[in-house]
Amino acid sequence: MPLLKIDNLSKSFGGLKAVSNLNIEINEGELVGLIGPNGAGKTTVFNLLTGVYDKTEGNLIFQGKEVSGLKPYQVTHLGMARTFQNIRLFSDLSVIDNVKIAYHQRAAYSTTSALLRLPSFYMGEKTIQKKAMDLLRIFHLEDKAEETAKNLPYGEQRRLEIARALGTEPKLLLLDEPAAGMNPQETNDLMNLIRWIREEFKLTILLIEHDMSLVMGVCERIYVLDYGMIIAQGVPDEIKNNPKVIEAYLGEEVVV
Amino acid sequence: MRNWFNRKNLVMLLGIVLIYAVVQGLIMTDIMPPFYKLTLILMCIYIILSTSLNLINGITGQFSIGHAGFMAVGAYVSAIITAIMHGPLILGILAGAIVAALVGLLVGLPTLRLKGDYLAIATLGFGEIVRIVFLNMELVGGASGFTLPSRITWTWAFVLMVLSVLLMKNFVGSTHGRACISIRENEIAAESMGINTTKYKVMAFTMGAFFAGVAGGIYANYMYIIQPMTFSFLKSIDILVMVVLGGLGSITGGIAGAIVMTLVSALLAGVPEWRMVIIAVLLIGMMIFRPTGLFGTKEFSLNFLGKKGDK
Repeated sequence: MPLLKIDNLSKSFGGLKAVSNLNIEINEGELVGLIGPNGAGKTTVFNLLTGVYDKTEGNLIFQGKEVSGLKPYQVTHLGMARTFQNIRLFSDLSVIDNVKIAYHQRAAYSTTSALLRLPSFYMGEKTIQKKAMDLLRIFHLEDKAEETAKNLPYGEQRRLEIARALGTEPKLLLLDEPAAGMNPQETNDLMNLIRWIREEFKLTILLIEHDMSLVMGVCERIYVLDYGMIIAQGVPDEIKNNPKVIEAYLGEEVVV
Repeated sequence: MRNWFNRKNLVMLLGIVLIYAVVQGLIMTDIMPPFYKLTLILMCIYIILSTSLNLINGITGQFSIGHAGFMAVGAYVSAIITAIMHGPLILGILAGAIVAALVGLLVGLPTLRLKGDYLAIATLGFGEIVRIVFLNMELVGGASGFTLPSRITWTWAFVLMVLSVLLMKNFVGSTHGRACISIRENEIAAESMGINTTKYKVMAFTMGAFFAGVAGGIYANYMYIIQPMTFSFLKSIDILVMVVLGGLGSITGGIAGAIVMTLVSALLAGVPEWRMVIIAVLLIGMMIFRPTGLFGTKEFSLNFLGKKGDK
């Protein structure tokens, strides 16, 4: 059984069909890319998956359960976490607080024990603090734990966003253009990081990306989206030479 | 228990006991003039009010300006219990707070779906509704007000204030408080981090209403008389000013704001015609030179007293 099955998914905004009859299957442990020209509907797919938008038609099956119609926080509880195309950190909070908030749903103490400072509060906080620090260490951000998130350099903000998403302890990680705005060196580091966290956290990853070197470098399978429809799918080498993909990206004239 | 008694908390406790003892001593020996005592008790009431509004406006980032409404509910319910039903004081204050919290829950569930200006207008309307309900309630004297004995002493006011602030501080310093803060910072990101934003908005709102009810109960049982006019829109604005002045999102800032504003009001009691002018000028100056309020979102803390690592 696939971990995620997108079955005949469609989404219309008024008369505009942003996504139509989309079928994607992702198996556990895979690293899959979703590419396509600007406006192809990639982020819409993410928003549909994470409950930001409600679908018009079709089914979204995650771990055998229907997830469409759930609220974003419920989807996260089921084990799907995402990052955003335009970074959405809690920018005025410290780096460690950003990660601690992600651990909130796993926090093991109630409001009452927080108000009365019962022993379970101290134990719960200790666990959260430790888990958050461990995660920051993995992402080489431990020295900046107390720094305000918005003061981090751009590349580190991107890394923090991924760290924060991992804080929710997901099974499926959705990365929305993780390399946007990064230089080649940073992109390269990010590639290694993505491969590494997949092994370390036993993750399944679906990523949207414009940077072809990253997509071709890390993804095992690629889906190509154009005008809300899948126009091609396959391993990176197939995609690279697919005339439909070249046409979608570069326009018709190039295809001879 | 060991967690409670670190050096920082002990120093804090010592400070609190010291403040209490000095004031209590001055009151018992009749050295303190009644006006000073009134100011100090009002200070306690306003500290509870500003801290509880801070929970909603500063910590969770929802803009409510109907806080006087919850205070009114607490005041009238506690007055009914202590004066009409002759119940014990603590029961009156608790009942007032619980009813205020229930009203908060009822108002919060539909209105917290609104954002920004819309929420402000809805809570403003709520505050006025509460006032008008009490204005037309024969049982509590309508417009002419409701008289009841003054049973709140400095001890009551101070202890209730310390307890209220402590509980709210504990809430904010927990993962549940962080969930509220994350809503203020970025609601979309908070939701995608698995935080049930509606639940936490309503929780903060209800808790804020509860403590506003406590403050109302203290007020009613101290002032001899409560009138609907006391809980008008202007009272809500007064509380909001304290929070903004002290620093939206900082508990200690809200406390400082309440102390400063109560002191300024008391000091200017001799020149009532200039009072609002001077306060307005102060606020304008504040917004020009320090728009984030006295404390910003920072907290004053005694962390420097603790050993490394036992924060």
